[in-house]
Amino acid sequence: MPFACLVAVRFLREGRFQTVLIAGGIAIGVAVIVFITALIGGLQASTIERTLGTQPHIVVRPPKELARPLRDDGAAVTLPNVQPRAQRLRSIDQWQTLQAELAAHPGVAALSPLVSGPGLAVRGEANESIALLGIEPERYLRIVDVAAKLVAGRFRVSATEAVIGVELADDLGARVGDKIRIETAGGRSETFTVAGIFDLGSRDLNQRYVYIGLRSAQTLLDLVGGVSQIDLKVKEIFSAEAIARDIAAATSLTADSWMTTNAQLLTALRAQSISTGIIRFFVALSVAFGIASVLVVSVVQRARDIGILRAMGTPRRRVMAVFLIQGGLLGLIGSSLGVAAGAGLALLFMRVTGGRLFTLEMEPSLFLGATALATLTGLAAATAPALRAARLDPVTVIRG
Amino acid sequence: MAEPLLQLEAVRKRYGQGELATEVLHGIDLRLDHGEFAALIGPSGSGKSTLLNLIGLLDRPSAGRILIQGRDTAALDEAALTALRGRILGFVFQFHYLIDAFSAEENVMMPLMAARGRPTPDMRRTAAELLAAVGLAGLEKRPANKLSGGQQQRVAIARALAANPPLVLADEPTGNLDTASADEVFALLRRFNAERGTAFLVVTHDPRLAARCDRIIRLVDGRIVEDRRVNQGS
Repeated sequence: MPFACLVAVRFLREGRFQTVLIAGGIAIGVAVIVFITALIGGLQASTIERTLGTQPHIVVRPPKELARPLRDDGAAVTLPNVQPRAQRLRSIDQWQTLQAELAAHPGVAALSPLVSGPGLAVRGEANESIALLGIEPERYLRIVDVAAKLVAGRFRVSATEAVIGVELADDLGARVGDKIRIETAGGRSETFTVAGIFDLGSRDLNQRYVYIGLRSAQTLLDLVGGVSQIDLKVKEIFSAEAIARDIAAATSLTADSWMTTNAQLLTALRAQSISTGIIRFFVALSVAFGIASVLVVSVVQRARDIGILRAMGTPRRRVMAVFLIQGGLLGLIGSSLGVAAGAGLALLFMRVTGGRLFTLEMEPSLFLGATALATLTGLAAATAPALRAARLDPVTVIRG
Repeated sequence: MAEPLLQLEAVRKRYGQGELATEVLHGIDLRLDHGEFAALIGPSGSGKSTLLNLIGLLDRPSAGRILIQGRDTAALDEAALTALRGRILGFVFQFHYLIDAFSAEENVMMPLMAARGRPTPDMRRTAAELLAAVGLAGLEKRPANKLSGGQQQRVAIARALAANPPLVLADEPTGNLDTASADEVFALLRRFNAERGTAFLVVTHDPRLAARCDRIIRLVDGRIVEDRRVNQGS
């Protein structure tokens, strides 16, 4: 062991009480940082996951139909009042080609064409307004895994089978195996067997979503051969907005990412991240001050020893190293304890909440990061005391 | 004539600035050769400690030159002085100045570790030999603060000799010990002087001890007023 390390370890060991106190202080700080990071990380991950669990990352739709006011160049008066056009259900032009192009985008993980439009679900006396979603099940499930959210039956959609939400099933009094009729504008209607009932965790969606086969929906919504939107899943969720912009620019279609549709959520998450960042910063700062103050005191207490070391031919840089190493060691020891305590706290939290709320994010990188950060903080905090120690004049020290 | 181990030429030391400046040493000329055993005596306030600090390279003179083995120390920077101090000089203080956090052995090894950066088995062997030479064999691993006063001072002597320096500066090495321990410690210094040829400069108040040195240098009011050789050949 190098001499400076040896001295640092001995000093820490001899000043046991101080060492234990400050290591405890660092441990508490690091535990708070680890816990809060795991908590907020877990909370955010679960919030995003819940949000994205029921919606595609990007929805591509045909552009809105705009009213084109006719202007007579010679006219003296322009009427500013332009009546917006009523939007009809339209298919995406050349959607098969577009689909191939989108699939080739490197950021896109999966895509699913679908037809969606309004309709009515009728069973006996009950009729409920619904959002009809005609899908290709294998592809759609890769975007939104409804199959994992079934509470009854199986996820089978076809020309005769539909999957509906729990609230709708309740309103219609329908169970798996019962028949419901679906009607759409223009008087078209079709009878489906309820194959499965899902719970997407949102009352609204559970009440309105009805999944049927793509072809049946095309017929019912008078959009034969066409699709009204293409849902996309991207590989990196926070790149969704950029990809959506790419698509919109390249195709003149509308592309909305989840980040636009959930702008408020994102703002809230960002604010949360900033506030945890601030908390972490100040906890780290107070840990640094703690280390620095203990070492400053230690330099004073060790003045005699430092003087002896210097008189015995120890170079200044080595005296400095002794105190830097102490700072680093305190950071390392304290943060190791703190990481364990933080992880323990997180596990305790999950046990107390019974895992109902969300899973805390505990990555090895968090632990390693916290340890490394605290060690570096210790080193940085030790700089000033170390410089003081190195500047001590052995004469004044030894002569008293 | 061999090169002197230590040479002071017209060394002055002033403290403070301007009107408040007081000169503690007024032009000291001194020469110390290899293997000498000299006592530095004088009343308190005569500048003994200041002179010892200058010789020990712990402080720099205000004027004059200090040459160690013919080398002018004024030209050396702090790091070079520290290195030179570690190589040429050993220190024994009135208070043992051992580091309590270290064992006896480690305290002895300190000047070696300080210079070379890490302990080696060689250093441990040297320490063991020196501890045995000062009569502390078997106490190598004992923490410094678990030794008696006389033992601690003996460890300090072993430490001063660890780097095998040609000159050991001892400041009241026995001032804190009872007469019996003091005699033992002094005898140790004399033995090392005889066996290893290490030169000693011993600051003492004790005329009895001074009388057992080969040379007495008397300092009064910052001047050397007497420098004589005694009981040569004893």
